[in-house]
Amino acid sequence: MTWANAVVQGILLGGLYALFATGLSLMFGVMRIVNLAHGDLSVLAAFLAFALGDALHVAAFPALLAVVPAMAALGYLLQRLLLQRSMRAGPLAPLVVTFGLSIVLQNALLEWFSPDSRALDIGGLGTASLRLSGAVSIGWFALLCLGVAVTVLAGLQLYLSRTGFGRAMRATSDDPETVQLMGIDHRHVYAVAAAIAFATLAVAGVLFGMRTTFDPSIGPARLIFAFEAVIIGGLGNLWGTLAGAVVLGVAQTLGAQVSPAYAVLAGHLVFLAVLVLRPQGILRTAGVLP
Amino acid sequence: MTVAVSRATPAGRAGLGGAILAAGALASAPYLFTSDITHTLVDLFVFVVIATMWNLLAGYGGLVSVGQQAYLGVGAYAVIALSVHGGVNAFLAVPLAALLTGALAVPLSLLAFRLHGGYFAIGTWVLAEVVKLVIAQIGPLGKGSGASLTTVSGYDPDVRVAYTYWLALAVAVVSVAAVYLLLRSRTGLQLTAIRDDATAAEAVGARVGRTKRLVYLIAGAGTGAAGAIVCLNTLTVQPESVFSVQWSAYMIFMAVVGGIGTIEGPIAGALLFFGLQQALSAQGPVYLIILGAVGIAVMLVAPQGLWGSTLGRTGFGFFPVGHTLR
Amino acid sequence: MNPLLIVEEIDVRYGDAQALFGVGLTVRTGETVAVIGANGAGKSTLLKTVAGLLRPARGRIAVDGRDVTALPAHRRARLGIALVPEGRRLFPSLSVEENLRIGAYRSAAGPWRLDRVYELFPHLAGLRGRSAANLSGGEAQAVAIGRALMSNPRLLLLDEVSLGLAPIIVRQLYAALPAITAAGTTVLVVEQDVAQALAVADRVQCLLEGRVALEAPASEVTRAAVASAYFGV
Repeated sequence: MTWANAVVQGILLGGLYALFATGLSLMFGVMRIVNLAHGDLSVLAAFLAFALGDALHVAAFPALLAVVPAMAALGYLLQRLLLQRSMRAGPLAPLVVTFGLSIVLQNALLEWFSPDSRALDIGGLGTASLRLSGAVSIGWFALLCLGVAVTVLAGLQLYLSRTGFGRAMRATSDDPETVQLMGIDHRHVYAVAAAIAFATLAVAGVLFGMRTTFDPSIGPARLIFAFEAVIIGGLGNLWGTLAGAVVLGVAQTLGAQVSPAYAVLAGHLVFLAVLVLRPQGILRTAGVLP
Repeated sequence: MTVAVSRATPAGRAGLGGAILAAGALASAPYLFTSDITHTLVDLFVFVVIATMWNLLAGYGGLVSVGQQAYLGVGAYAVIALSVHGGVNAFLAVPLAALLTGALAVPLSLLAFRLHGGYFAIGTWVLAEVVKLVIAQIGPLGKGSGASLTTVSGYDPDVRVAYTYWLALAVAVVSVAAVYLLLRSRTGLQLTAIRDDATAAEAVGARVGRTKRLVYLIAGAGTGAAGAIVCLNTLTVQPESVFSVQWSAYMIFMAVVGGIGTIEGPIAGALLFFGLQQALSAQGPVYLIILGAVGIAVMLVAPQGLWGSTLGRTGFGFFPVGHTLR
Repeated sequence: MNPLLIVEEIDVRYGDAQALFGVGLTVRTGETVAVIGANGAGKSTLLKTVAGLLRPARGRIAVDGRDVTALPAHRRARLGIALVPEGRRLFPSLSVEENLRIGAYRSAAGPWRLDRVYELFPHLAGLRGRSAANLSGGEAQAVAIGRALMSNPRLLLLDEVSLGLAPIIVRQLYAALPAITAAGTTVLVVEQDVAQALAVADRVQCLLEGRVALEAPASEVTRAAVASAYFGV
């Protein structure tokens, strides 16, 4: 693979990372909760799709129709029943609770599905590609992922800025007490934000599962990628998350060009460099919502 | 009417005396029990150290780190490097390893402190991963497959286990004592003020940034010492196990369930965790599920932890750090 | 006619401290009632409790005959109570117009819409796209009042409108009150500015350290009585 091709692949990978990071970003922006179980939840989504395929022979793409709503509902309930309570117990609590959740999820998946790697089968789509030039080719699936990511991000941005409930979400993230005076139940708003976050990470998780193999223990690694994308791009802007994700994706694919073992490390080093040189991120804006 | 300020209540003094006695009793264990038992008890001491250090960081410093395993691993590898490659006596390498780890915490803190809150937490995790990946590239340290502590094979196994035991007990005692003395000092007072209200504390002159950094360095060094003990106890070090984030899960469980923000809490948590591990670890993933669920439940229902919700409420304690007016 | 708001013997605590001791208040439909008192007397606490942001430890609150003591704030807003909070509390991420619109999130039927609010506060129309974080105190207060009006409330609660504002701005803001009450809205005003309060109110109540020290029609109240109730001398 040439360097040019590596950059293109990195951009496409970045799209998927962006979709994945959106949920993390949203929960932090609205509720100030950093969900340490974020990665494991995406793995859960992939396993749900896998289980549907295994038990009911549902193909991977149609499985999304069941997995996404299920995860959204899970997000709503988790926020309403567990995380909302933890928010009252001080700044330490949500971190400990979501970390505990991460441990529980990983090990529950381990118990249920065993440590074996799985993959979601998408047949020929996985390898079909579009040849742009002699050296550069774009996989249809990778392009699809990027397209989904940009669509979801744009949709979310529009939702937040143009709709009544989106406005309510932004207001709630500013001032959850005052927002009640307008008849808005802030707990419901938080729960919907969590539902949206979980829905996006479900899509990302399933797409990831189509792209590479997954097993119960890779959640934390994914969390780290989402987090690096958010920090590199800068807090306060959904498009920043996309930019950060693309930079991360390109860093990883370029690192892989040097040696496959360096892919992840390259991403880490770029993240650390941003932290040292430009801690506010590439696209830092003054907005509240990332 | 004059008011005297006393640092300890009679109950507190009695408790401190009791703790010293207990330490003394523990020191006699190698004479009374087989090396199987003392070997296992080293685990308990390691738990006490890492729980105490994590509590210092999070419960007093307000810094929730999910990356302390970086220091645990570096401490373990430092023993290998110093002893196998540097010719230093393996046991003497332990305090040196702690110093080296503390030194590493300096540059890492410069990076980590650019982040706050939950993002600080993940940032420390990333740093731990980077440290692991970097060390796993180093040839002399065995790369991905790890290394063995070959320089202790000259000792008789029982003697080696006894020396490891005493060293571990010493490290545990020194760690708890260090935290206790720190919290009794002026810095400790600053810490408590910062924990309660950082802005107000700064307004009365507490140096928030410096104090937090100091706490981070101490916690790093302490966790490094624990890692060094782990190396001595298990005789091998592997990147995937010694840098595993599971160590953070253990630390958090012990500190939270035991009781954040008290000195006794993490010790109680360590005892509980040690007991659970002895009883249940054969169960594999289910054991960890229970651990996670209990941690979550405690955080939501009894955030003060075991110690904090019970004996801690009464003002009784083994390590009095407060000020009482007479 | 049934009073719109009945507050009966409420005790309200902030953590360990008690802010209100057996406070009672009745507001009839269409009235304007002013609650005055020094800093810390408990005025804002009273309004927050009526709005539902605080729960009384003892006592009862009824709106239009319905007991709302246990009803959470976001449900109380739907009954037609709108609070303009102390310090304005606009949403900085939203523009002026968005702040007004969100006031109408749960609006009842009524005359107050965006254009009517811009009529009431003409200078806001030019600011509609501006971020609420970049407004002067007077502009922000107008937006806060407008935001509350957008829900077409039956009971409008105004908390310390004059706080931090120049007297001329305060007068301009209160000049809008007749347009609000003309539409039939009942108003409960909390004010430190006694003269302003007496100028707009039908009845006045004075709080002193969490207790009712004076209650009378505004026209009958003497300066001496107010001073003694206000300062407790």
